[in-house]
Amino acid sequence: MASKFSLDNRTVLVTGASSGIGASVAAECCEMGARVVITARNRERLDVVLGKISGTGNSSIVADLSTEEGIDTIVSESPVLDGLVLNAGIVITSPLQFIKRETIQSVFDVNTFAPMLLLQKLLKAKKMANGASAVFTSSMAGMGSVTMGNAIYSASKGAINAFVRSAALELASKNIRVNSVCPGMVDTNLLKENPLISKNQLDKDIKNYPLRRYGTPNDIAYAIIYLLSDASSWVTGDNMLIDGGFSLN
Amino acid sequence: MDEKIFLEKFAEQFDERDSSTLSLGTKFRELSDWSSLIALSVMAMCTEEYNVILSADEMEKANTIFDIYDIVKSRNNG
Repeated sequence: MASKFSLDNRTVLVTGASSGIGASVAAECCEMGARVVITARNRERLDVVLGKISGTGNSSIVADLSTEEGIDTIVSESPVLDGLVLNAGIVITSPLQFIKRETIQSVFDVNTFAPMLLLQKLLKAKKMANGASAVFTSSMAGMGSVTMGNAIYSASKGAINAFVRSAALELASKNIRVNSVCPGMVDTNLLKENPLISKNQLDKDIKNYPLRRYGTPNDIAYAIIYLLSDASSWVTGDNMLIDGGFSLN
Repeated sequence: MDEKIFLEKFAEQFDERDSSTLSLGTKFRELSDWSSLIALSVMAMCTEEYNVILSADEMEKANTIFDIYDIVKSRNNG
């Protein structure tokens, strides 16, 4: 049974791998036997992650996914993939009345356009193997569990969730599966470094979670590993909610 | 930095409130129409109008409009 969850001999590319959920996915995929190609903007942080993960044959690509060149760099340097984890993302908090075209553009560039285009370009370059699995890191916000001031972020993830279902339908004939994970609040730097959220607000917000804690990057990584592995070979087009019960309230 | 303009910008974040009802000494949390969304909006206003990022911790510590005005004034070079 355990072998169905194994990623032995799989090559998995992870974007946004220099911290948080991406770094955890990279490390856990290696634990499960995969070779990983990790990407992010910052070489030093990427090297730290690469140094910590197990196994041989892992590599990294420095690229800025918010640019067309960055996406093209990843596509040209990437080997043929069995797994693709589209995880890079940003959050910009802004009440509706302060939203600007540039803010929408910058959030959608990273959260929405980049993962769509990276998948498209990898497919066109024939770098998604038969039987490959693509997993988007979306958000519970994309499923309608929203919070104040995060309209742009929520919309960027909602678009991903709809895209996942369309892509899954189109790619099923190629035996390529497409799914997303939709986490609730996860304890990452994205959260800790956000000056617009205070410790008090976080302490209060945690009480909205029936399981009484925020997620850890590993909580999300394990679900992603399931979606990458043969254990989920009949699962495609699913936006998997992982929210500690938040939406039950 | 002009106090009157700051009070006007502050008042603009409410649905219906004239800036004449506010002063720098106003304890804004005690206003009946104060809300967490207005807090977010005040923070966004400080960024947009004065290029000053006010953290949620600073917002929580502030009691009067002056507390916020003072932070913005100390960081705003314009």
